[in-house]
Amino acid sequence: MSLMDILTIVVPSTLLWAAPLIFTALGGIFSERSGVVNIGLEGLMVVGAFTAIVFNLTFVGTFGNATPWVALVVAMIVGGVFSILHAVASITFRADHTVSGVAINLLATGLTLFLVKMIYDKGETGIIKESFSKIDIPILKDIPIIGEIFFQNTYWTSFLAIIVAVIAWYVVFKTPFGLRLRSVGEHPMAADTMGINVTKMRYLGVIISGALGGLGGAVYAQSITSNFSHATISGQGFMALAAMIFGKWHPLGALGAGIFFGLAQSISIIGSSLPFLKEIPSVYLLIAPYVLTILALTGFIGRADAPKASGTHYIKGSR
Amino acid sequence: MAKRLTGLLTPIIAVLLGIIVGTIIMLVSGYDPVAAYTALWNGAFGDIYYVGEVIRQFTPYILAGLAVAFAFRVGLFNIGVEGQFIVGWLAAVWVGVAFDLPKIIHLPLAILASIVAGAIWAFIPGLLKARFRVHEVIVTIMMNYVALHATNYIIRNYLAAKSGDKTEPIHQTASLRSEWLESLTDYSRLHWGIVLAIACCFIMWFLLEKTTRGFELRAVGFNQDAAQYAGMNVNRNIILSMVISGAFAGLAGAMDGLGTFGYAAVKGGFTGVGFEGIAIALLGANSALGVFFSAILFGALKVGSLNMPLEAGVPNELVNIIIALIVFFVASSYIIRVFLDRFNKKGVK
Repeated sequence: MSLMDILTIVVPSTLLWAAPLIFTALGGIFSERSGVVNIGLEGLMVVGAFTAIVFNLTFVGTFGNATPWVALVVAMIVGGVFSILHAVASITFRADHTVSGVAINLLATGLTLFLVKMIYDKGETGIIKESFSKIDIPILKDIPIIGEIFFQNTYWTSFLAIIVAVIAWYVVFKTPFGLRLRSVGEHPMAADTMGINVTKMRYLGVIISGALGGLGGAVYAQSITSNFSHATISGQGFMALAAMIFGKWHPLGALGAGIFFGLAQSISIIGSSLPFLKEIPSVYLLIAPYVLTILALTGFIGRADAPKASGTHYIKGSR
Repeated sequence: MAKRLTGLLTPIIAVLLGIIVGTIIMLVSGYDPVAAYTALWNGAFGDIYYVGEVIRQFTPYILAGLAVAFAFRVGLFNIGVEGQFIVGWLAAVWVGVAFDLPKIIHLPLAILASIVAGAIWAFIPGLLKARFRVHEVIVTIMMNYVALHATNYIIRNYLAAKSGDKTEPIHQTASLRSEWLESLTDYSRLHWGIVLAIACCFIMWFLLEKTTRGFELRAVGFNQDAAQYAGMNVNRNIILSMVISGAFAGLAGAMDGLGTFGYAAVKGGFTGVGFEGIAIALLGANSALGVFFSAILFGALKVGSLNMPLEAGVPNELVNIIIALIVFFVASSYIIRVFLDRFNKKGVK
């Protein structure tokens, strides 16, 4: 097996696994940059995956080939709405952000499985007929070598994730909205005195994270699992959280971390069919993202610092 | 007095709100709430067998709740109880399978192994917090997944019996099971662990409220700077609190490893005990007694829920929704207090 063969297997697979992580990690960035810790990313992915699969199964007759794409939009909306619960609890009701996030995770798994059993009378949905399938990107696929590795047998969603990451970077760092979002997360009182509505910005941050988390879950369900059960989303949300931290709360960092963690995940699955890699016990690949994140936080791989006001409540008038 | 009453009222209101919203969800989705709650009650207390199962269920819950509560009292959020629980489970089972010893040595040794494993697993985030100021929430979450994958790997490659994905059953000499307790409750899986769990409630209370070390730990929880100024070693107390918290969590793992199941299996995902522990600690206001009572509530909900699909045709996930809602409402107790205060003021007028 030549290096070329290996790359043409590993690269598309990495991007496939990376896409949901990237979307969700970007969601985490919007929330944390506004100062709200979002442990609930896992739950938001669950909601997104559930919504996408149910929508896909129900409306496949109406939308045909376009169903997965419409389902993405619906999952974003539902994810955004669901995250309002987290926003209300942790911003308005001054709940501990982590506790509220835990509640989001518990509620998401409970509610979605309850609904699955109610609708389908069993613990899992059927398999969707229209999912994201492998495609060759037109024009780009004809570039020699690069085209074969990156643009053949791949998925549109992977490239969407990369584009969204660049957009997120632009929004967070190059627009007035992004500046306000970050200022609210770094020093809410200073932002408030400058006339920025702290509560509004934080609500927006959380809702955007809900939409992107829902998107991540929908992509995962429609490109990797193709149905919804209790095991559909099992830790991807927390891995996205890890990618966000490993990427130092920066959209492009999260993109890189997402791709790197996607590589680890995909090798742990397809590695047994590849030379060299099959010697590595898969456990090392499975735990690599988490261990690396701990090391990054500790400062062994460049220090990762959270936004200053992340996890705190802003109470007007108190110092 | 008024403050104490509010302190007691908040969790009760949170539970009631959770049940009310659960009822609304059932009404909206076309289920019969009365039948569902009757089934829930019957499934938890309708038969002595179920009572035994409820006690079995809340035994690890008490310990997981204590683990979260202990760390909370020192100002730390140990979200990694799940991981410490899993490594404790595996360590206890490993000792239970690997050695041939008389019961009087074997059982304590297996229990000790679970405690040490849990404590070590929690020592790492404690150390990182104390030494590098790394937030313990993130580290413990990551440690949960490391625990899950690492224990699965160890079970699959070193301990699995021929069938493939679970260990041999532990030797009788390491078991917490008791034929007497089982026969008492119509052959439920009730085991001696409950005695240990109740003892741990006393230990936690005594340690925090009656010893100098406990005073220091609480002082660090209230105000680190003040504790430092008073000459207490904040870093050492942070590490110590995580280690004790992890010890409780590891012991909770022994409850399932040596009591309920008697083996360790490859897990597809988390058991959920650690996360229920967060809910239990919150609802119990982080006190030993509070944890005890809220563990009973959660154990009854969990075991009773299994009867809901059978008797009332309602998916048992409804109980998970109610638990999540209770966590929400307890976490949002600020708003409940605001309402209670308003209510009180009106009463005075």
